[in-house]
Amino acid sequence: MTNTLLRFCFGLVVTTLACLPVTSVRAAEATIAVAANFTSAAKQLGLAFEESTGHHVEFSFGSTGQLFTQIAHGAPFDAFLAADEARPERAETEGLGVAGTRFTYAIGVLVLWSADPDRIDGTPAVLSDPTLRHVAIANPATAPYGAAAVDTMKALGVLEELEPRLVEGKNVSQTYQFVATGNAPVGFVAASQVKDNDTGSSWTVPDDMYRPLRQDAVLLAHGRENEAAKPFWSS
Amino acid sequence: MFDAALIETILLTLQLAVVTTFVLLIIGIPLAWWLARSKARGKEIVAVLVALPIVLPPTVLGFYLLIAMGPNSPLTALIGRSLPFTFEGLVVGSVLYSMPFVVNPIRTAFEAMGERHWEAAATLRARPLDAFFNVALPLALPGILTGAILGFAHTMGEFGVVLMIGGSIPGETRVLSIAIFDFVETLEWGKAHVLAGAMLLLSFAVILAMRMVETRFKSERP
Repeated sequence: MTNTLLRFCFGLVVTTLACLPVTSVRAAEATIAVAANFTSAAKQLGLAFEESTGHHVEFSFGSTGQLFTQIAHGAPFDAFLAADEARPERAETEGLGVAGTRFTYAIGVLVLWSADPDRIDGTPAVLSDPTLRHVAIANPATAPYGAAAVDTMKALGVLEELEPRLVEGKNVSQTYQFVATGNAPVGFVAASQVKDNDTGSSWTVPDDMYRPLRQDAVLLAHGRENEAAKPFWSS
Repeated sequence: MFDAALIETILLTLQLAVVTTFVLLIIGIPLAWWLARSKARGKEIVAVLVALPIVLPPTVLGFYLLIAMGPNSPLTALIGRSLPFTFEGLVVGSVLYSMPFVVNPIRTAFEAMGERHWEAAATLRARPLDAFFNVALPLALPGILTGAILGFAHTMGEFGVVLMIGGSIPGETRVLSIAIFDFVETLEWGKAHVLAGAMLLLSFAVILAMRMVETRFKSERP
């Protein structure tokens, strides 16, 4: 997910923030609900944001579905960085989010990954191996990376064959953990999760094999008047 | 609302609870007997280990199990297969997780029995094994029932351990608590309400059943 586009997006946001005059004299505080797969990037962004504006940002990490449930039940979040497009859109139509503030902040990249350096040869061939015990995917009903994994296996024509061997993580982070511990020999994870990982082997799925993994953000009604949350959207 | 997948999930959960309770009674009764009667020094260490899951977060247990049962673990080398993402793996996890809820009431029942009945059996020349089956076990029955009910119910609702080692495979490892979690995440609150409500009723029924077991056995004793 942390690809060049994402870095560009955030670079843009952070630079804009840095150039903004701080309108409020006293520092404000914003609480932002962030999809778990964006944890490390959000933390970096938060630091840069605090340095440039003096405002304080708190993050609340969780799965997109769980965060949406919390928001729908009155959680005091000022903004919502989701792992999909659907939940921010729903937040907007249900009046939980501020209309017109929704935008795509990242586009994810799907990879097939194994902790074993010899398991994947840079092609999806391993998926046709009848001795492959498990393929880990994120829950396709709740996690966009899971849905993208299903799209990919469909496109390769191996879904039916692999179905009984799929193991589901609750989200892409848990899926990564299944593969990293070796409990699942291979799995579909986010490129950002394995980009700093020198060991293991992988195949980057061509982006025409799955629906785009757009991650949208939306300003929430609670954050409408929040001085610290505003700059996020004024860029 | 109750489609085939949901019924499969409910049946699987019941199956897990039944198998786990059964295994726990087989392991738990001798263990509880030993804990109640042994004078061994290390006894309390074992008692603490058994009681640990009461305070240990299930995710911690699940995390250790994921590693302990993983493909590179000694256990996997020993039994020739790795247990995460299998029904057997869930049974192992559930047995550890529900153990105190079964062993503690049985141990208490054995302890409450005291020496009197045991000595009486011995003076009638009952062999220890006879005395155990014909005297100790029937006397400890309320404790055994309580333990079985608690172990069953506790396993029915298990979430953290399954989350870590389950992998949510339909018919194999996808149990009720995971289904409830998924329904909440996919915003299908109607289904979540039905399942969560059923679990609430079950828990209520379990505690009610235990109260009834206690009252009944108390009134039977002199």
